[in-house]
Amino acid sequence: MIHARDLTFAYPRASFSLNIPELEVAKGERVGIIGPSGTGKTTLLNLVAGLMQPASGSLTVAEHDLTALDDAARRRFRAAQIGFIFQNFALVDYLNAFENILYPYRVGLGLSLDRDARDRAQMLAETCGIGHRLKSHPNAMSGGEQQRVAICRALVTQPGLILADEATGNLDPETKEIILNLLFARAADHGATVLAVTHDHDLLPRFDRVIDFATLRQKEQTS
Amino acid sequence: MNALFLAFAHLRWTWARSLILTLVGAMILAVPLVTQTLLRGSEDALTRRAEATPLVLGARGSQLDLVMGAVYFSEDRSQPITRAAEDAVWDSGLALPIPLNTAFQTNGARIVGTSLDYFDFRGLTLAKGRQLAILGEAVLGAGVAERLALGPGDTVVSAPENLFDLDGVYPLELQITGVLDATGTPDDEAVFTDVKTSWVIAGIGHGHDDVVTADAEGNITANAAITEFQRITPENIDSFHFHGDAADYPLSAVIVAPYDTRSGTILRGRYLDPENPVQITDPSKIIAGLVDRIFRIAALLDAVTVIIGIAALGAIGLSLFLAWSLRAPEMMTARRLGAGRFTILRLACAEIVILLGCAVVLAAAIVFAVNENGTALVAWLLAL
Repeated sequence: MIHARDLTFAYPRASFSLNIPELEVAKGERVGIIGPSGTGKTTLLNLVAGLMQPASGSLTVAEHDLTALDDAARRRFRAAQIGFIFQNFALVDYLNAFENILYPYRVGLGLSLDRDARDRAQMLAETCGIGHRLKSHPNAMSGGEQQRVAICRALVTQPGLILADEATGNLDPETKEIILNLLFARAADHGATVLAVTHDHDLLPRFDRVIDFATLRQKEQTS
Repeated sequence: MNALFLAFAHLRWTWARSLILTLVGAMILAVPLVTQTLLRGSEDALTRRAEATPLVLGARGSQLDLVMGAVYFSEDRSQPITRAAEDAVWDSGLALPIPLNTAFQTNGARIVGTSLDYFDFRGLTLAKGRQLAILGEAVLGAGVAERLALGPGDTVVSAPENLFDLDGVYPLELQITGVLDATGTPDDEAVFTDVKTSWVIAGIGHGHDDVVTADAEGNITANAAITEFQRITPENIDSFHFHGDAADYPLSAVIVAPYDTRSGTILRGRYLDPENPVQITDPSKIIAGLVDRIFRIAALLDAVTVIIGIAALGAIGLSLFLAWSLRAPEMMTARRLGAGRFTILRLACAEIVILLGCAVVLAAAIVFAVNENGTALVAWLLAL
């Protein structure tokens, strides 16, 4: 799913630079990324999503060479292939839960909202346990419920890759466990790969593999 | 379509802000149009009525006050003249004089004491009821009748001028005999009575019990505590009488309708003497000067409206900019979810289009309502 070689990135006028000699993530794999703040975890997610362009090296995601795509093509790729989940949920406050799930179809380049998408959104909401909350707005929902909506939104376009940036960082331990189970289960349903940044070491055993950005040492684990 | 959906959802979510922006936008659009409509309507109504009133006779002083009071029944009234001025026009044989006594009010409407010639002169016709016949009767303008929900058979009471003036004007109950057809002129907002009835309201004429009465045994009694009638009925009408010289009875003004151009010229010449306490004036000339001044002020008003409009548009723009700044996280999310380069611009444009559309519809409704009721509004404005 992800192939990166000699990947480098540097922010202008900043001392930080990211250097990844090699990264391979297989389809359907669940990979956790840990490491101290400022070591480039979120930057890697942004590179993989095509939000940033690497300075050098090669990066192929879902058989798309991101270094060769122009801006519009990268946006189309992102809309079709990537599902994003954020620590702060990033829901749209003026839309209800159902419309939030369908939000990628409202803004995503190349996506069109049809009956199938609506049925899929409904089905995802039911399986995530928020079928009864679809008319509610985010400000009337708990953190756990909001993150379930965010998971549904990430999966509704049936992307090949889910990028989760501290997806459980704002949740209590019990909800954290439920949300992670939900994310992995739904991702497995759709055969999606999960690349998740986390600071929670208790969750690491749940991943197939963990990349430690402190040492860029990859630890192979079995699920 | 998606941009419109999201824009509409956001505007609905922030409905108070959207409502205020729409109202402000509608006001910016509607105010200049409404002002122009009312100004043009007022100009037309003022000019038309002034041109239909050949000459006005009144006390020397402000010609504008004289014309406004006599032609439009406004609050601006000149000093009264006496009935002798009307008689002088009669005696000249050069014109038809129509007396006007507009000193009193009832229920916020001007009471116009006049003669039946006034109705022919203005071309006023009755929508219902009958014309004035005896003392104490009144005919209502269409606007007053509608506003007060009154018609033939009802009564109105004249408003006392001063509650603490024992020798002053007392309320008189007027019997309504008819309602005029609407004309879209100040006549719609007036209550017409015979000029003699207006003198009864003024206290010059009155009716009361007999001062001297005889009992069954023929004893004559002079009663000091006589009761004045505040309502004129068939039973007491014969007791009504006037005191003093009829030539001294007050009039607010006299409309003078010369029989021909030459007669008009001769009459005007008779009142040129600045020592004469009575003056004669041509309303069309006075109103032409007034309209000219109004339109000079209106041009200034237009400039002020444009400046305020620009300032308000700036405030609306700032409000939209701040709203979009607050939505930066949403825009970042949209970008991460694959939004196109122009998606955000489309969203902003869609919101502006919806707000502008609502403002235009509301402004059009306001302008339409003003246009539909323009005649009545202008008549009401002129009667102020």
